[in-house]
Amino acid sequence: MSADRCRVQVQQAAFSPGQLQDLLPPSGAVVTFTGNVRDLSTAGSVHALQLEHYPGMTERSLQAIASEATARWSLRAAHILHRVGRIEAGEAIVWVGVCADHRGEAFAACEFIMDALKTRAPFWKKEHGAQDARWVEPRDSDISRAERWQLTRTGDAGTGPCR
Amino acid sequence: MMLTVRFFARLREQLACEVLEIPCAPGLGTVAALRSALASRGPVWQQALEDQNLLMAVNHSLAEPATPLAAGDEVAFFPPVTGG
Repeated sequence: MSADRCRVQVQQAAFSPGQLQDLLPPSGAVVTFTGNVRDLSTAGSVHALQLEHYPGMTERSLQAIASEATARWSLRAAHILHRVGRIEAGEAIVWVGVCADHRGEAFAACEFIMDALKTRAPFWKKEHGAQDARWVEPRDSDISRAERWQLTRTGDAGTGPCR
Repeated sequence: MMLTVRFFARLREQLACEVLEIPCAPGLGTVAALRSALASRGPVWQQALEDQNLLMAVNHSLAEPATPLAAGDEVAFFPPVTGG
């Protein structure tokens, strides 16, 4: 296996999902997820998000999540990219790419990574609307989705082959 | 030796404080003890730090109230995460 089976990146710059997918190794099943900034939230219209993170801990947390995914499923690659700073509505904010021999493992691992990231990785969103800015509250549905994988917010990821 | 304490997101704004350097003391042996000491800095600190949903980390790993602290540690307090 190549050394970068688990690859995580945190950056301000916009990215192209297609270019990231091209970096994944050849495999029978490739599942990718791209999350975009919606222009509407429960609190109103959204012009942009400001993404705060904890430099050092955020990268470590993403690495632990990718590593845990490769420990749970037989994967050829688990790559995660997350943007920080100001991100305009409609732009991509997060990308996950997973490679496996078969689709079942790739689908499951990709969903696991997103559910874990949402409840465990230190990022915080602030929505900027037309008039005001407000911190985004965590959603119960995100927590219940993560609980399906028996994740805990306080537990560090288990040891995986990429650690 | 010192402890470095960082605050993020809404908590950082409430406290108007991003980072503190605090001298290690015998009474600051755990994350919970540090949190109590910080809460005694004033009403704003007390109110912000009594939020039961706050998460805590020591040296970039999520921590519990009983997690022990040592000189040179970096401790962080922050609200529940909302990335993705």
